[in-house]
Amino acid sequence: MIDITGIRRDFPMLNHKQMQSHDLIYFDNGATTFKPQAVIDAITYYYTDLSCNAHRGDYELAYRLDQAFEEARASAAAFIHASEREIVFTSGASEGLNLVAQGYGRKFLREGDIVLSTEAEHASCILPWMRACEETGAVLEYIPLDEQGRVGMEAVAEMMNENVKVIVLAQISNVLGYEAPIREICALAHRYGAIVVVDGAQSVPHLPIDVTELDCDFLAFSAHKMCGPTGIGVLYGKYALLDAMDPLYLGGGSNARFDMCGNILLKQPPYKFESGTANIAGILGMKAAIDYLSQIGMEQIHAYEQQLHRQMVDGLQRLDNIHIYNADADGAIVTFNVKDVFAQDAATYFSAHGVAVRSGQHCAKLLSEKLNTSATVRASLYFYNDTQEIKRFLALAAEADMKTCLDVYF
Amino acid sequence: MSELIHDPMILRQIIMDHYEYPRNHELSDEEGYVSKHMASASCIDDIYVQAKLKDDVIEDIRFDGVACTISTASTSIMSELLQGKTTSEARKIIDAYYAMINNEPYDDELLQEAIAFHTVGKQANRIKCATIGWEAMKQIIEDGEAHE
Repeated sequence: MIDITGIRRDFPMLNHKQMQSHDLIYFDNGATTFKPQAVIDAITYYYTDLSCNAHRGDYELAYRLDQAFEEARASAAAFIHASEREIVFTSGASEGLNLVAQGYGRKFLREGDIVLSTEAEHASCILPWMRACEETGAVLEYIPLDEQGRVGMEAVAEMMNENVKVIVLAQISNVLGYEAPIREICALAHRYGAIVVVDGAQSVPHLPIDVTELDCDFLAFSAHKMCGPTGIGVLYGKYALLDAMDPLYLGGGSNARFDMCGNILLKQPPYKFESGTANIAGILGMKAAIDYLSQIGMEQIHAYEQQLHRQMVDGLQRLDNIHIYNADADGAIVTFNVKDVFAQDAATYFSAHGVAVRSGQHCAKLLSEKLNTSATVRASLYFYNDTQEIKRFLALAAEADMKTCLDVYF
Repeated sequence: MSELIHDPMILRQIIMDHYEYPRNHELSDEEGYVSKHMASASCIDDIYVQAKLKDDVIEDIRFDGVACTISTASTSIMSELLQGKTTSEARKIIDAYYAMINNEPYDDELLQEAIAFHTVGKQANRIKCATIGWEAMKQIIEDGEAHE
């Protein structure tokens, strides 16, 4: 059981914050999440008590920071059941995904190779591979989604052949919240000698993740979507792959030796990817976030979110003025529209009543073929939301129409 | 006009009418039109505004694209209001519209139905939507003058 009252007390943003003169309800957790005091304190601790550079000093303060730094790597590794040397600190999921496309894709893809993805990917997942394909002559192909917008194993199997070298996709879609069968996709891909790159931005914050069990080759995620600071995240990669690929940047911290004849000896992974002074405050903040989530338990977090999600979907389904696109989503993401109201206007209505939801547009193919709309409203939940908030949201949703959505301007 | 401004019911009705039945809501293939693509980085609105200028007169204004209620209605009203005006008349109206949006003094007689947006600043994140079509027209006029 989750102690929701205790949890909510831990988050300054959940206490006495208002938006447009109403108590703030934050349902944009797919974009970023609030930070518990423990995370804020960890960042402050670095700047007030442990401020120096990592891996640089011969003095005691620097040694203590190095300890904290590597402990942070160890907790990130434990959180997804990886080993420490497979954890690369990045600025977030986007950098991690770019690093794989550039450092692995551009190095190993050849003309005629195929990269598989889906029609529902986030730009950070798909754009780096578009460029890697353009540069190498490889071809990007899309696994068709089923009627609902899910990635099905049959569709993946139909697209597989010996030329497929990489499959890149999100574990949980940021638009519809469907979970892709990553374990099965990895097993199939490996039979063909392909690797699987997983965008974990929407899954790692919400589900227990075990990379050895999934057997994925890369997994990228961002700390800020899981109660951590912005500007920090993790790329997990199987060690042999990290060892074979190139870093994005060269510089201090990533090289062991170099000379003026152009000889560079890079350090071992993960250090060869981490040149320049790291986002140390971010790394210590991310550790505090991982500790915080682990203390509650990812199983509990997931179960509680499912409960909230059910309550929201059931409530919205009873309303004639609401259209839901993903009632059976696996993640706590509800994508909907107020009938006859443009998504952005509905989002403004909710904002005027204190509720933060996101309106968004989706890639042309997904919207025209599956959703049949140009834009939707997304409410994305996290474990610190509660049933009271959902009740207030449902009462507002019940009142939403073109008139009430325009009333907020007068 | 002045009593209208205090009746949200009527103003809301104006916005809904222009959203449901947008005027001049079709782009033209004819020659003589200049076109401006407006895509906001911060919101969904993605519209094209076309205008046909002859000498100093705005003969026609058209628009199309994916847009919310506020941007569709405000652009529709703009297209009606500025059609047939000289560019210097249009500039005065555009200036008055921006003054209204920014809570500065303005001549409401110039703005006609466009006063429906006089309180759009209550939702500050939507000011861009209320001005996207107007901004396009302003740029078209300025580009035209620059070419002369």
